[in-house]
Amino acid sequence: MDQSVMIEAAQRPRAEWRRWVGAFGSSFIVRRILKALFTIFFVTSLLFFLIRLMPSNPLQIYIGELMSQYSMSYQDAASQAASLFSIDFNAPLWQQYLNYLGDLLRGNLGLSLRSTGTPVSLIIRQFLPWTLFSVGVGLLLSFIVGIGLGMIMAYRRESWLDNILSLFASITTSITPFLIGIMMIVFVAVQWRLVNFAELRGATSPGIKPGFTWTFLVDIFRHAALPIATYIITTVGFWMLSMRNSTLATLGEDYVLVARARGLSDGRIATAYVGRNAALPLVTQFTLSLATLIGGSAVIERLFSYQGIGLQLINSVIQRDYSVMQGIFLILTVSVVVANLVTDLCYGLLDPRIRIGKSE
Amino acid sequence: MATRELTADVPVLSGIANMFSSIWGTIRLLARNRVGLLGLIGLLFFFLLTFVGPYIVPLDTTVKVSEIYAPLSWQHPLGTDSQGKDVWTQIIHGGRELIIVSIVAALLSTVIGAGLGALAAVAGGWIDSALMMLTDIWLTIPQLPLLIVLAAFIRVDNPAALVLIIGLLSWPGLLRAVRSQVLAIKQRDFIEAARLLDLSTGHIIFREVLPNMMSYITINFILAITAAMGFQATLVFLGVVPLSGTNWSVMIRLADTRGAIFSRDSFWYIMAPVLAISLFQLTLVALERGCAEVFNPRLRS
Repeated sequence: MDQSVMIEAAQRPRAEWRRWVGAFGSSFIVRRILKALFTIFFVTSLLFFLIRLMPSNPLQIYIGELMSQYSMSYQDAASQAASLFSIDFNAPLWQQYLNYLGDLLRGNLGLSLRSTGTPVSLIIRQFLPWTLFSVGVGLLLSFIVGIGLGMIMAYRRESWLDNILSLFASITTSITPFLIGIMMIVFVAVQWRLVNFAELRGATSPGIKPGFTWTFLVDIFRHAALPIATYIITTVGFWMLSMRNSTLATLGEDYVLVARARGLSDGRIATAYVGRNAALPLVTQFTLSLATLIGGSAVIERLFSYQGIGLQLINSVIQRDYSVMQGIFLILTVSVVVANLVTDLCYGLLDPRIRIGKSE
Repeated sequence: MATRELTADVPVLSGIANMFSSIWGTIRLLARNRVGLLGLIGLLFFFLLTFVGPYIVPLDTTVKVSEIYAPLSWQHPLGTDSQGKDVWTQIIHGGRELIIVSIVAALLSTVIGAGLGALAAVAGGWIDSALMMLTDIWLTIPQLPLLIVLAAFIRVDNPAALVLIIGLLSWPGLLRAVRSQVLAIKQRDFIEAARLLDLSTGHIIFREVLPNMMSYITINFILAITAAMGFQATLVFLGVVPLSGTNWSVMIRLADTRGAIFSRDSFWYIMAPVLAISLFQLTLVALERGCAEVFNPRLRS
């Protein structure tokens, strides 16, 4: 046997392995997933070092509190703090860090400092769905309404309708969201008395049974109505203006002219040709909007006393409940990262140009 | 010696003169633009209200039980609050600190965003990759919760700390935009010429590249002020920043904790600071729109 063939045979599996890894690494989906994982890892590390290494870090504060309030010895206080944060003080820092990461991977977020014994994961499971529900419904409605109005604005550009809607969009996107929320309460609930605000606090009415019953669904939508309306009003202007510009750009494309020349109906051109292509770039903005809305949910939920995860975040910060605060911040980031990932992957499905792996 | 001093001085002087004349030119163009004029008038109004007003109208902090939630009158143009204090004088005294903190925070984030964005584009290589990765991560972390969590770790009891945490958070958007614009400018001939002359990276960034993007950076700076104002109001409203003094955000917070949102008599007590902040933000956005049209003649209709 020729020597060169033998060498080639020995090298072949390695080359194939390398090609496979190369394809794997350059795949759009894999790169996105790796990026998402790295982001989550970065945030968890940031939190760990903030909690452990800041000069007046929460552990020391908590230990000090236990010692002064319950006159515990330093040893007892430190061991109680250690069990709550699930951190072993005697281990070296890198081992504490690895333990912390291991706990997180198993979904163990520690126990609440204030309502002693309540696992943080339970608090998250109880309150996160309400935030995802209200933010999700708000974002979807705002997107649909904004896309529709934006297209109308582009088709009727420079008309009085376009001017009024543009003014509305400019004003609502300029003002800080919670100020619009305050105005909603002041006008809708207090001055005009359209709704009874006192009844609408919380995510459900007291005593109502959860389940897929009509009364329950009506009830949760009634309670979420004001927060959802605020989410819509504060974000719809952005979709309107973006869709208006995007539609104007699409209307100038050759294929629209060709479609018109072929004698297609205006309705068909507006939906299948203009609308679809104009809305496509906006899908990427979904991500940014979602991050802002989930972030903003903290102040909106506080304003409307809506029992979501954002309100819990505020409460934990005010009560200095660091383990709850850390867990909620982590879960908020993870939700945004996962939503980003899903948007990116969907965008790959919607727009083949993205998939055909051109790297950034 | 004498000639060298002259040549050293004159460019600086003419540079300053140039800057003022270009600012004056911008203002004159803005005044001719409808939205821009609105923004200028608003800006003048807020300057007179918050920077000149406090010297004319003294702040009265005595509690007057007989005048709680007084209706609008000549004596109290915006009524009184839950302690009988005049709302209008509180509005006059309550803007200066907020506006200064917003401007300094916006300046900080603009310098960071523009500087690092230009650096990423000019340096390229691993510096570019690292900065872009950091930016991507920073953009996905929800900003308001991060601010809230940071405010819990760092004691934000003075304006400087507030400036720092707001300014250090809001640079990534600008960084991305500046980077992509610099990448476009980099292809132009005068940058190639500067490289051939062996000028330093710092010189290329600050003297050749950034001046070409001043209009874009200015617009972004104006928007950063509105964002910083919003962050401040939000943090104070949430109660994660200690309350101090009289300012619009503290007024909103106090009106909320005293239940003024839910009372029909206290309409102006809660709405006055809300409107003050909203109008300030609208003024800046109008100014930004005006600037965008002035800087980019293609937008002018």
